[in-house]
Amino acid sequence: MMYLEKEVETMTREQLNTLQGERLQALVKRLYEVPYYREKFKEKGVKPGDIKSAEDIKHLPFTTKQDLRDTYPHGMFAVPMEDVVRMHASSGTTGKPVVVGYTKNDINTWGNLMARCMMMAGLSKKDIVQNAYGYGLFTGGLGVHYGAEALGATVVPMSGGNTAKQLMLMQDFGTTALTCTPTYALYMAEEAHAGGVDWEKIKLKVGIFGAEPWSNAMRKELEERWNITAIDIYGLSEVLGPGVACECQCQNGLHINEDHFIVEVIDPETGEPLPDGEKGELVFTSLTKEAFPVVRYRTRDISVLHKEQCQCGRTLVRMERVTGRTDDMLIIRGVNVFPSQVESVLLEFGETEPHYLLVVERKGTMDDLEIWVEVSDSMFSDKVRGLEDLEKRLRSRVLSVLGISAKIKLVEPKSIPRSEGKAKRIVDKRPNS
Amino acid sequence: MRVQQLSIFLENKTGRLARVTEVMGENDMNIRALSIADTTDFGILRLIVNKPDQAVDILREAGFVVSTTDVLAVEVDDQPGSLSKAMTLLDENGINIEYLYAFVQKDPSKALVVFRVEQVDQAIELLQKNGITLMSSEQVYKL
Repeated sequence: MMYLEKEVETMTREQLNTLQGERLQALVKRLYEVPYYREKFKEKGVKPGDIKSAEDIKHLPFTTKQDLRDTYPHGMFAVPMEDVVRMHASSGTTGKPVVVGYTKNDINTWGNLMARCMMMAGLSKKDIVQNAYGYGLFTGGLGVHYGAEALGATVVPMSGGNTAKQLMLMQDFGTTALTCTPTYALYMAEEAHAGGVDWEKIKLKVGIFGAEPWSNAMRKELEERWNITAIDIYGLSEVLGPGVACECQCQNGLHINEDHFIVEVIDPETGEPLPDGEKGELVFTSLTKEAFPVVRYRTRDISVLHKEQCQCGRTLVRMERVTGRTDDMLIIRGVNVFPSQVESVLLEFGETEPHYLLVVERKGTMDDLEIWVEVSDSMFSDKVRGLEDLEKRLRSRVLSVLGISAKIKLVEPKSIPRSEGKAKRIVDKRPNS
Repeated sequence: MRVQQLSIFLENKTGRLARVTEVMGENDMNIRALSIADTTDFGILRLIVNKPDQAVDILREAGFVVSTTDVLAVEVDDQPGSLSKAMTLLDENGINIEYLYAFVQKDPSKALVVFRVEQVDQAIELLQKNGITLMSSEQVYKL
């Protein structure tokens, strides 16, 4: 087994606790100097002196997505803007995105953690990594890119899309590792099998897939179609981006990089921490991030933790594949989508009480989003052109707010089912993803 | 000379048109003229009825999205070239026809055509000045 940082990856629970305790104390001390946090800690009656060990984390307040929205864009940055060297953003629950920042040190830490993950997945500097995560505000593309470089591998910064070129370069460059969303990997496999690919030239051995939920069945399919080991990676921009946790080659849960993050599992209803081995909401605290640290960030992701040492020798806690969400967030083609974003678009169009439904299907290997909108008197026009124009304007607004394209389907009033007066907003027809 | 037309949003699924005619029939509403414009996903049903205001209420009650639009009912002789005269007039005067459709007429020597234009008043003036007969709403509803 190869480790990037054997010492931390295999340290005892006791050593890890000590390290986390020290880092947590330093974090709280530092955050107490930031007005936003000082006020939040005071509200909860916590002083830096109260935090003596990692266990004391339970005294700290939670951070929610709503907090991040309320402080848009930089209200929770903990360093002056001149020290911030990079910004990323992910979709918020309505129009405004959630913005995160990184210092030079943060970028290095991130690259290092991502490199650690890639090594866990079996990669080394000898590998040629074709990175088909989207480059841009989304953390996936640049996160993986910097990790591959930190590892010393050769990175091919393809970004998403342009499948024919992806396949051509994969053959010509002898790509050994593919990084992208699992649905895109499946789509590429389908295109590759459709013809035109010389399989002798395909040298792929590992795929590192994430940014959306996927199943073991899908893993099997990917491994068979590409003849690779398919590795699950986890991360979210609010906490870091990709590199928070990753599977090793044992494929037995995702190792969380605990020297940089404290993970808790809580009961989403009560907020109470749950005992080891129980299923609940994942909560992350970043210990070392400078520009945008998070304290007890509620991810809304549901999972279970396992603390026993892994066969790979690592002692880092393993989280099971995320099985669900505690909110109504959908992940479509790697993009986080909230029904409330669609609602905000309809409100912009002058609808006071919009009725709509998000229908997600997997067509072939790709996720397909259709938004049903009940036509109201104010939207309606006696001209076909008027309604087609409305569809077009909605589609383009949805694309800009959600970041993905959707088909708009106008439907008759009251045709979207309501349960107990409350409208159902999502129909997800994708196979257990 | 304005005639009220009802427009109803219909999803392209079976039974929706039947439901509209059923509701109209149950409530003693007489349909004078109708036309459907359809796309792959939806259709717009346009109706001229004897009691438009009541019909709007009834249809809304039944859960339909309904709007009303003023249109023109143009009477032309039932012979070649007579419709063309009206069309040419509108065209030459820059009045754009959004859509049109024909009526069933009891007098076999006349044809009735519904015109939907943006500039309704301008069109009325122009057509009447050129001796083209427009039917009043009362006449149309009573047909």
